[in-house]
Amino acid sequence: MAQPPQRPAGGRAGMKKELPEHFKAYKNVWVFVELERGRVHPVSWELMGEGRKLADKLGVELCAVVIGPKAPETKAAIAETWAYGADTCYICEDVALTDYRNAPYTKALTDLVNTHKPEILLLGATTLGRDLAGSVATTLKTGLTADSTELDVDDEKSLAATRPTFGGTLLCTIHTLNFRPQMATVRPRVMAMPDPDPTRKGGRMVWHSLDMAEADIVTKVLEYVADATTSDANLAYADVVVAGGMGLQNAANFRLVKDLAAAIGGEYGCSRPVVQKGWMPADRQIGQTGKTIRPRLYIAAGISGAIQHRVGVEGADLIVAINTDPDAKIFEFAHLGVVADALQVLPALTEAFKRRLGGDVKVLEDA
Amino acid sequence: MASYLHPVDPPAVDGLNIVVCIKQVPDSAQIRVHPVTNTIMRQGVPTIINPYDLFALEEAMRLRDQYGGRVTVLCMGPPMAEDSLRRALGLGCDKAVLITDRRFAGSDTLATSFALATALTTLAREQPIDIVFTGKQTIDGDTAQVGPGIAARLELNQLTYVSAIDSLDQDKGEIVARRRAEGGVQVLKSKLPCLITMLEGSNVLRRGSIQDMLRAARADVTIWSAEDAGVEDPMKCGLRGSPTVVKKVFAPSPREEPAEMVATEGKTAHQAADAILDLIFASQPKLEADLVKGA
Ligand SMILES: Cc1cc2nc3c(=O)[nH]c(=O)nc-3n(C[C@H](O)[C@H](O)[C@H](O)COP(=O)(O)OP(=O)(O)OC[C@H]3O[C@@H](n4cnc5c(N)ncnc54)[C@H](O)[C@@H]3O)c2cc1C
Repeated sequence: MAQPPQRPAGGRAGMKKELPEHFKAYKNVWVFVELERGRVHPVSWELMGEGRKLADKLGVELCAVVIGPKAPETKAAIAETWAYGADTCYICEDVALTDYRNAPYTKALTDLVNTHKPEILLLGATTLGRDLAGSVATTLKTGLTADSTELDVDDEKSLAATRPTFGGTLLCTIHTLNFRPQMATVRPRVMAMPDPDPTRKGGRMVWHSLDMAEADIVTKVLEYVADATTSDANLAYADVVVAGGMGLQNAANFRLVKDLAAAIGGEYGCSRPVVQKGWMPADRQIGQTGKTIRPRLYIAAGISGAIQHRVGVEGADLIVAINTDPDAKIFEFAHLGVVADALQVLPALTEAFKRRLGGDVKVLEDA
Repeated sequence: MASYLHPVDPPAVDGLNIVVCIKQVPDSAQIRVHPVTNTIMRQGVPTIINPYDLFALEEAMRLRDQYGGRVTVLCMGPPMAEDSLRRALGLGCDKAVLITDRRFAGSDTLATSFALATALTTLAREQPIDIVFTGKQTIDGDTAQVGPGIAARLELNQLTYVSAIDSLDQDKGEIVARRRAEGGVQVLKSKLPCLITMLEGSNVLRRGSIQDMLRAARADVTIWSAEDAGVEDPMKCGLRGSPTVVKKVFAPSPREEPAEMVATEGKTAHQAADAILDLIFASQPKLEADLVKGA
């Protein structure tokens, strides 16, 4: 059974002020450039934009890490890192890195970290990034903050990673005080996409060899089956998004959300409990654990505005909220608020948009 | 080759020995936050097995039903987490182990993976473990880091976000699984022992049989302290073993400019809609032009 608590011998490790001597050499901000099947995931460039700000604040270099096969696509990715602000590019190329597999990627990245000692390491919170970040952080025995929504450095030059905390209405700021590197993942679309500068001069390139034979890698990729639909990506990158929450009351009423989205030529989505109820498929969920969106117009109907939802939509240029409750949280971050029954306003909006925009109206398929 | 989970080689018994790591979480749908103090009101909030873990439990039981062997559920948590373990037994799992110790309190993902990996190593001394399952992530922490953390600690191959297990060859110690990637699915062949995190929706959870439920009510849940679980260095557990530190918890501030409220009183829905559109396009004139073009 549970033991009586023992007095901590050395205090809470995490709270020590002074960084251990051997970590003091750790310097620079690194962004892992996610290259899968020849394509760089856009979240990598979003992170480069954010990494640039952190590096400038710290007065250090921004470095990109490109891991992949020796191939034209890898070369192209390296070239692109300069346009997105990299000062140095660390590169590991090997045939064993052709498809993503945890073991060789973990080895490549941990070896690079141990050799070149970055103080901050950022990865995208994609299926690849999360798979890799968890292994690398554990192997390096350092802290990792998942799905951060804001990154900053404090007065003591420590990385401050903010994310929602459980409960749904609070945020917390997490630090890794006396371990290095300080690691965080960030979901796609949370950070703004920076403008690339194709004229920017290339920086230093540092190669690293994988030092792992194919025979030592026990996982083999037999096949890759591409998704038939791309509906996933459309929601994250749509200009207009209409979403419904529990205020819509039942699955059938989501027709109203889809109709409005179709009338404006946008995408539709929902809050998390709607998915949990089975009213909408999981790939339509918007928020911290669903899609992060950055549309020019976001219309939220019957959504209360919990933190996990808020962080997924805050990047929108214009947020319009329709809610029967004048005290709903969503009015704290919406630009336009409508206190009304969404079941009546949604069809009226659909009509109004049709009249205003004219032309043939695109009809969205049911997902 | 001997490893943490196969301390002896070859494995001593027939069938598969599978361990599923589960977490007891508050039912998120029922969490309320105190409106004034902004603290979480846990009192009276029912607890559930982390919903994602149920897919891992089901997949483990399917493999056991097909290949023989047994499924052990392992949980780190407060003493009351025994409830969740008993629920898992009621669904048809064979054995349950709870590691509970005040020194585990405040664990971040690194410390959690350390405690679980240590307990798994200890369990493997009783019988080599072939597969460790976890859910994709938890609904409270939502990090998806503990699975990969356990795998890294135990030097296991990890297969995360698995939607299906296509085949398993016990003699060769090989497994073929489908793993969700961005924009597609990877079909992977790997070796046992391995760690698998299961994706939601990958199977349908069985309902426990009456016999299982009855057995669960009477069954023993093994309860281990940190020492029992094999922890030699408690500094690696709990808050002290957690490199991440929560420095600040706060409520987000409202936007500086409050939302412009559209007057709806006395208006029909259609009049209100027109008013909303006027305001939308007044603040986003370029959007209207672009939408007209696109329509
Ligand atoms: C770890 C974690 C991760 C999470 N991730 C996400 C996430 O990614 N995305 C997400 O959305 N949530 C997420 N949540 C859940 C989140 O905390 C909230 O529970 C959720 O966003 C609430 O959804 P809702 O606003 O649709 O429902 P509710 O909170 O039930 O609100 C319904 C709203 O509808 C209004 N309403 C009722 N009837 C009408 C009507 N006729 N017309 C107009 N309005 C009406 C009500 O006033 C109320 O404000 C997460 C929670 C946790 C713990």
